[in-house]
Amino acid sequence: MNSIWTIAKREFRTFFDSLAAYILLVVFLGLSGFFTWLFGSDIFFIGQATLMPFFSVAYWTLFFFIPALTMKMLAEEKRSGTLELLLTKPITDLQVVTGKFLAVMMLIGSALILTLPYYVSITYLGPIDHGAVWSGYFGMILMSMALTSIGLFASSITNNQIVAFLLALFVGVFFLIIFNVLASSFTGTLAYFFNYLSLSTHYESVSRGVLDSKDLIYFLSITITGLLLADTVLSKRNIIE
Amino acid sequence: MSVFVNNLTKKYQSQRAVDNISFEVKTGEVLGFLGPNGAGKTTTMKIITGFMAPSDGDVKVNGISVLENPEKIKPLIGYLPESNPLYQDMPVIEYLQFIAQLQNVPKDKIQGRIAEMIKVCGLNVEKHKKIGELSKGYKQRVGLAQALIHNPEILILDEPTTGLDPNQIVEIRNLIREIGREKTVILSTHILPEVEATCDRILIINDGKIVADGTSNSLRKQAQGQEILKVGILDADNKDKVIEAMQSLESVAMVDPIAEDNFTFMVNSKDSASSRKPIFEMCVKNNWVLSELTPIETKLEDIFRELTKN
Repeated sequence: MNSIWTIAKREFRTFFDSLAAYILLVVFLGLSGFFTWLFGSDIFFIGQATLMPFFSVAYWTLFFFIPALTMKMLAEEKRSGTLELLLTKPITDLQVVTGKFLAVMMLIGSALILTLPYYVSITYLGPIDHGAVWSGYFGMILMSMALTSIGLFASSITNNQIVAFLLALFVGVFFLIIFNVLASSFTGTLAYFFNYLSLSTHYESVSRGVLDSKDLIYFLSITITGLLLADTVLSKRNIIE
Repeated sequence: MSVFVNNLTKKYQSQRAVDNISFEVKTGEVLGFLGPNGAGKTTTMKIITGFMAPSDGDVKVNGISVLENPEKIKPLIGYLPESNPLYQDMPVIEYLQFIAQLQNVPKDKIQGRIAEMIKVCGLNVEKHKKIGELSKGYKQRVGLAQALIHNPEILILDEPTTGLDPNQIVEIRNLIREIGREKTVILSTHILPEVEATCDRILIINDGKIVADGTSNSLRKQAQGQEILKVGILDADNKDKVIEAMQSLESVAMVDPIAEDNFTFMVNSKDSASSRKPIFEMCVKNNWVLSELTPIETKLEDIFRELTKN
């Protein structure tokens, strides 16, 4: 546990050293703030005290940002050889992967906490559905967990950051869009199957405030599968042929 | 802590990088791992540190298998990998702190250990800089510092003195010698004088196989077989007479004059015989002055080349 925390702390610091964290925070807050308050279907346009516009922008911002955060995490360590340094210390592959996962979640968490002023301001504008806000945030966190572990897996199979980034986006597109499209173009069990795989379906049901264990299991299993796959790829060097 | 490498084999596709290697290193021994590029030194080290699994065979530290219980062995090992990978964007002190935490150095001792490593490795001037801003020699010192930070029982160094200037090389060698008195050290290099200066024992590997194992002296003896002496003689009026006299000595196999005017000769002794005493006595008998009597040693370079050429 200690080692996971050591890794997470270092990664979290690296985000701030490399400006990645500042760029993420500024762009994330800027974009979501812009569309929540100023432009398009902002809350004045809708005329309702709701954070819905914020969540739909944040949803796509994170979709692009998380792969950008995770792309270097394992790929770069492999390329520069520091992975060897880490893994010859008393730490397991899974602890390294989990530590990095935790660091991304900490950064996303900070970004989401910084959006709380939006929430507070909107409560002054009119009656707001508090339950919907909290379940919206909860959905954001679940989705970030899934995307982060997909990103880490993508980063584990290559030495090239760009490849890791594109691969994470590619897998992400399947979960966010393609499964959804497939679900609507089929009927019966196949439609049900694709609908179940689609991340957006589960995200919507969580953010509507329906806390179904089915959705929780879905997000957690993507997260755990992603982390375990990354771990397996790293341990491949240990396979005795 | 003794390290016992047992029938280690590592295959990459069809190539055998390490081919059935066995050796043992005891506590207080500095083992020099020598070999041409691609001989399998680094692969062997990666397996000993538990980074890579062998295709066959095992490494045991104090009887515990690295393969089966890496979590027990890893804390005992300090490892400096080949290309000295470091987090370039971290300041030196922060980096050492990170490694100390990973090595489970107790919290209250971390600061003390870091201060000691900075002193031992001579990093004081550069300690607040980012690693990426350091020169190669200083980076190498940081690499050594991180390997030593938890005071490991076993030290594995893959080419520890690359990039260092001659003064630093001497310092680092002394450091390794000192550590090697109580700990087990395995170091790889292709700088031959370095092995002689730091190592108690030399292991030469070529094409994944061990081709020589012993101290630098025993390797020399083994390679040489017969004694070769350089003999200089003054006050002798006739060169042929000297050659004749020497050839008549029982222990001498062959005499070879090297210069025309100078009375200097290369004298090969017969197997396991020494001609030093007979030559001296011969000179006394003939009233010649012995101006030079130097045993010619086979250089480690020659042994190395002999053993590793394909």
